[in-house]
Parts: sequence; C-alpha cells; structure tokens
Amino acid sequence: MAISDALLPISARKEDPLLSDESRSDPNAETRRRKRPVKGFFAVSFGLLFIAFYVALIATHDGSRRSNDVKIEDDETATTSSPARLAGVSEKSNDQLWKLSGERNTVAFAWNNSVLSWQRTAFHFQPEQNWMNDPNGPLFYKGWYHFFYQYNPNAAVWGDIVWGHAVSKDLIHWVHLPIAMVADQWYDANGVWTGSATFLDDGSIVMLYTGSTDKSVQVQNLAYPEDLNDPLLLKWVKYSGNPVLVPPPGILPKDFRDPTTAWKTSDGKWRITIGSKINKTGISLVYDTTDFKTYEKHDTLLHKVPNTGMWECVDFYPVSKTAVNGLDTSVNGPDVKHIVKASMDDTRFDHYAVGTYFDSNGTWIPDDPTVDVGMSASLRYDYGKFYASKTFYDQNKGRRILWSWIGESDSEAADVQKGWSSLQGIPRTVVLDTKTGKNLVQWPVEEIESLRLNSKQFDIEVGPGSVVPVDVDSAAQLDIEAEFEIKKESLDKILGDASVVAEAEEFSCQKSGGSTVRGALGPFGFSVLADKSLSEQTPIYFYVAKGKDSKLKTFFCTDTSRSTFANDVVKPIYGSSVPVLKGEKLTMRILVDHSIVEGFAQGGRTCITSRVYPTKAIYGAAKLFVFNNAIDATVTASFKVWQMNSAFIHPYYEEAVRALSRT
Amino acid sequence: MKMVVVVVVVVMMMVMVSEASMIEQTCKETPDFNLCVSLLDSDPRGSSADTSGLALILVDKIKGLATKTLKEINGLYKKRPELRQALYECSRRYKTILNADVPEAIEAISKGVPKFGEDGVIDAGVEAAVCEGEFKGKSPLTSLTKSMQKISNVTRAIVRMLL
Repeated sequence: MAISDALLPISARKEDPLLSDESRSDPNAETRRRKRPVKGFFAVSFGLLFIAFYVALIATHDGSRRSNDVKIEDDETATTSSPARLAGVSEKSNDQLWKLSGERNTVAFAWNNSVLSWQRTAFHFQPEQNWMNDPNGPLFYKGWYHFFYQYNPNAAVWGDIVWGHAVSKDLIHWVHLPIAMVADQWYDANGVWTGSATFLDDGSIVMLYTGSTDKSVQVQNLAYPEDLNDPLLLKWVKYSGNPVLVPPPGILPKDFRDPTTAWKTSDGKWRITIGSKINKTGISLVYDTTDFKTYEKHDTLLHKVPNTGMWECVDFYPVSKTAVNGLDTSVNGPDVKHIVKASMDDTRFDHYAVGTYFDSNGTWIPDDPTVDVGMSASLRYDYGKFYASKTFYDQNKGRRILWSWIGESDSEAADVQKGWSSLQGIPRTVVLDTKTGKNLVQWPVEEIESLRLNSKQFDIEVGPGSVVPVDVDSAAQLDIEAEFEIKKESLDKILGDASVVAEAEEFSCQKSGGSTVRGALGPFGFSVLADKSLSEQTPIYFYVAKGKDSKLKTFFCTDTSRSTFANDVVKPIYGSSVPVLKGEKLTMRILVDHSIVEGFAQGGRTCITSRVYPTKAIYGAAKLFVFNNAIDATVTASFKVWQMNSAFIHPYYEEAVRALSRT
Repeated sequence: MKMVVVVVVVVMMMVMVSEASMIEQTCKETPDFNLCVSLLDSDPRGSSADTSGLALILVDKIKGLATKTLKEINGLYKKRPELRQALYECSRRYKTILNADVPEAIEAISKGVPKFGEDGVIDAGVEAAVCEGEFKGKSPLTSLTKSMQKISNVTRAIVRMLL
C-alpha cells in the first residue's frame, strides 16, 4: 500500500473534496466533486495494476530465461581440468573463409561433376544418395551382419530422419535394404532417431530407439522384428504401448536420447543407460527392466562429468584385461574393465574412459579421474572427423566392433551438388590395450583384407628433407602398412645434443604448424592423395619430440591444410600423442579411399580419420609419396602398399542378396 | 491527470527495459551485440521468445537475406553480363542456403538437436563467403555477403547456447 501512495499523482492526493477551496466556487463543482473520488480510484487502481504487471513481467522473464536450465540437484563441483568445450568446436567457421577470401583473392574452386563424383568411396559404407548420420542397432543374426543408420530420404542435409538398413556377410560387402522404420507414429513423428539392439535369452531381438514425438519431446520406444525367421529382418514392428520411457522429472524434453544395448545384472534384470545433461553436466541415466516395456529408474547415475555438456550416443561395455577377444555386453568379473563412452554435443568429439563398474548399484568410476569422459585431455577413439560411434558384440567371431559416423568437411552446396553426404568408418575391432592397460586399441576388421589386390614391398632410407615418390600406379584406393625407424646414429646425436631444445611438452599436431615445420626428429610419414608436384597433398606422419630428461614423446598427425585448393572446405590438422613402448618400432597403417583417409598408429593406439577433397590429385593424377622433413635425422621406412578393390555395395535386388549368400 | 500520464509512461518504460533484457542478455554472448539486438528487437516475436525462439527468428532473417540476395543476383545477370560465371556460382550457393541450410536449421532447432542447426547456420556464412570470393575483390554483392556472414556468426552463437 505504501508503494501505491508514493505513485499516486500529487494532484489526486490534493483533490480531497473536503479540503479543496476551488471546488466551492467552481460552476462544475458538483461534477468535479463526483469525478474526484472516481479519478482517485482509477489512479490508485492503475498504479497498482502497472506495478503488478511490471512485477509479473520480471517474474516471467526470469522464468523463461531459466527454462533451459533446470536447477535440480545442482551439485556441480568446480573442476580443475578444463572441459573440451570450445576447443576444436565444429571446425567449420566462416572466419577461416573470410581470411582466405581476403588474403588469396583467388576465385573459389567451382565444383564440377567430374571432381565431385571422384569423391564417392569405393569400400566405405554409404547409401546410394542423400544424407546419413549415426550408426544404429548394429547386430549379427542368422549369418548376416545388420547395419541401420540415420537417413534422410529427401535431401543431402540432415532432416526427415528414418532408419536406413543394409546387410553384409563380412562387414565389407553390403546390400542396401528397404527403409526399416519410418516416422509413422505420434511418438516418432518428428524423427526416428538413434537406438541399439539387445539379444534376449531366447535369441530374439529387441530394439530400443529414440523417437521425437509430434510435440518434439524425446522419448524411448521399443521395436522388434516382425518375422524372426527372416534372416534379412526386413520388417519391424513398433510396440503398441510406446513410448516405454519419457523424460523423467528434472530432465528436459530435448535432453533424453540414444538408449544403449542392455546388459544383464546379477539379479537377472536388464539394464540400460541413456545420456543426458543437467545444466552443463553431462550425465548417464540408468534404468532396469525385465520386459523392455516397464522400467525402474535408478536414483543414481551411471556417471557424470561437470562442464562436458550433453552426452549423446552413450556406449557402455566390458573389455577383457587379458584376452584379445571381445566380450558380450553382459559379461562382468575380475578380469574385466568397463568402458564408458559418450559423444560430446558441444565439441563433436567422442570420448571414452576405462573404469570399474559396480553392478550392485549401477555406477561406474574411471580409473583415472583426471582424464574422465569428456574432459579435454581424455581419450578419444579417433582424433579426426569421427562422431556418434557405437559398438556391438559380434557373437559370430567373438569381437566387439565399432561403427562411427564420418561427416563431410566440405560445404553443403557441394553436398547438394554431388547428391550425398557422410560415410561410415570401416568397422574396427576394439580391445583393451593389454600392454598399457589404459587405452583401447582399434583395428580395421580383418575382412577388409579380402579387398587387397596386388601389393608392392618397399624398404628405403629417407634422408632428412626428402620426399620420395612411391610407384604404385593408382593411388586413390590403398591399404598401407608401414614401419619406421629413426637411425640410431641420428637418434643418439640428437639426444646427446644439448642445443636441441626439448619440445615435447609444447608440441601438438594442431598448433605446431603442420607437416612443413621441420623438427629434429620429424615429421616423417606418407603424403597421400598428392599430385606429382605436391601442390595438393595430405601428409600423415609421426613427429618425435625430445622431452625433458631426454625421454622421447611421439605424436601421430594428419595435416589436411594443403589437401585441396578448394577454399570452401575445412582443412584442419588432426592428431595426438601415441604411446610407444620400449623396443617398439613406429608402425602406421593407412586406408585411402577417395575422399576419406583413415590412419592408425602403433597398431591402433591412436587413430585419425580425415575427409579430403582434392581438385587436382584425383583419378590418375593422385600419387603417393613417403617423406622425411626432419632437419638432420635419417629414417628407414619399410612398407607394403596394396591396391584395394571396390566393395561393390549394391542396391537391393534378389540377385545381390543371393550373390552375397553364396560367399 | 497529468500525473497519471507521467506514471503510466514511467511504468511503461520500466516494463520495456525489463522486456529488452532477455534479448540483451542473450546478445551479450554473441560476437555482434548491436546487430543481434537490432535484429531481434525488430521482430515482434522477439520480446516473448526463449533462446530457441530467438535462434529461429535469426534463421528467419538468414532466409530473408538469402532471398533478397538471390533477387539481387538475378537482377545483375542483365546489368553485368561479364560477371555471369561468378553470379551463377553465387546463385548456386545462395540456393543452398535457402533450400538446405535454412530448413535443416529450423528442423534441428525446433526438435532439440541444435548441432545440426549449428552446421546449417555456419554453412550459410561459408556459402556467402564463397560467393563473395568469386568476384576476385570486385564484388557487387559485398554488403549483402558481409551481412550474411555477420548474421551467421551471431546466430551460431545463440544456437550453441542450446547445445
């Protein structure tokens, strides 16, 4: 009431009919006398109304601002390790392009169909056209490997998402099948998104996937094969009681997606985990079920890491501490560690950590909390273009296999012009590195070797500052396995030379200038998709850096900065350090397949996938070089190069399926 | 009566100030505060939009600017026939903005997978820069392409708030 008094117009306060002298002599005194109390009343009520309005407005604005932040159980503790949030954030940036347009003043390369059609891969999985993203529900059933994927049937950009489907006998030769699931229910009307398969005890299959409802709420749905006798699993049925899970209290409707494969708990229930976030803390929710239709949510999380943002495509699985085979998702025991992996929405990096799972309460802790999932220093499957990855247990050969979405690094105009966008990486086996115990090791599935045609062996000494052409005819489809060794004399000389500065602590592939910057002990490696004058090239190399106390640290990098003249392409330098144990030689494997290059160092301890779009180094003009850009050190390179056949991925027709069945 | 009017005006100003602060708070986190505020203030939906809504308003601005630029490009074919090659490439790039980037961004932002929206928005800036580069420094479209890049940067910053 006090406020309203203050805001009352002064004249109103003065216009007390009993006190005012004017009113008595005024001819309109009667009317004025009647109007004054009314005016006063209006003034007071307007004043009150505006204040109430103003207060309400502030209150609702606060509410709308906070609508995206749920302040429930906000126990984010300060973390000293920096999050990977903005480092390497979506490499595409038109800032880079501005600089290019300004500096070089060269005309942008106008893509033509010849150059664009070369980009299509020969042996990587991709649909015949249009957009693809996350791998979904991979599994092996009745003799066939099944692969599902996020697919846009209408355009070469993300949208209108449905589940594409393909089968293969060997993870390499694929036949495309009809779309498995479309957005035909209210609970997935806005998108049939990512999901995972689980095998039940009776050998049947259930698929849990995220649907975006007609109101754009993210929910989890159950689906299963219509006919388990059909080895091609062509048709899928959605459970009539969908959705089976909706965002729980405290979780926003758009932060609830990508359910995992389920694993058995010690009391015989099935357990799944789903990534989410609370404010900026990435989390993984846990649910138990017996029938995949009703679930109990745990009060505790599988795990959480502050400042890592939304966790997409969470994956959770056991790895053996001692053996090299893969393990079924339900395996547990003293000889087993568990991996938690998540795709970080903020940075588009996939991170994982090795840790211990506690089945009694469905929680997990990392072995090394300083490199916890999503932290900038934590491990990544791949240091290049690699996201939304998912593993499955291949019961056929006892392996755990990793799929990953490899997006484009070019402009969408080019994607639209060429009519497609995105690839899958070559499926990789995943095991714990039994020698270090701290990281995973990945390797292209052995079936890819069936594509190897003729090979050539080379053993050469590469002096400092030299680039040597490798005579292999066509160089757009290659499998290279190489071993490098820095000559002992060079190594001793450099280690003994005090004037050679220790740089291991400062060096990073991304920031140290790329393959043209010469160091004492590197860079050396291969230059792929290079034209004969090296005007376009993609070097993949080791950089050995001297550390303090004369220890050596080895880095594995891919430099795409000069991979193409085109300036509407993102051209980063990727890489990371790679553990090299005593007595090990430096080994590298490279798969070249047109616009994708996959590099593996030390048997797959550090992997880098890159997308490259040369304009000159294509078709017959693409060459291979081996190089050594070190200042003084000589390197011996011993390597084998195979020409790779095409995998001849087929559209669906009877003959194609029959042909594959025969192999 | 005069006093009532004064009070009404004062309170309305206070109300306006508090309405603007959601837009201002958001725009402070973008690379171009003034551009951001002017774009959002000029749209009637701006005052009551949440972050997602603000992002969609800006995507709409991108769409409008792309349409305007395409019109300009079409007009230039006759006036500057010597630039035909560059204009053709620009036309292709701007059609991509309209037919691919904008729909992708709208769908992604509305459905809560903003990262695809970020890709679309970034690409709008890339396409504009490529188009500009086609003219080897003598572009007739510079203010339009620069504008697209600036709006793309601001929009991207807001879309990232949704991640």
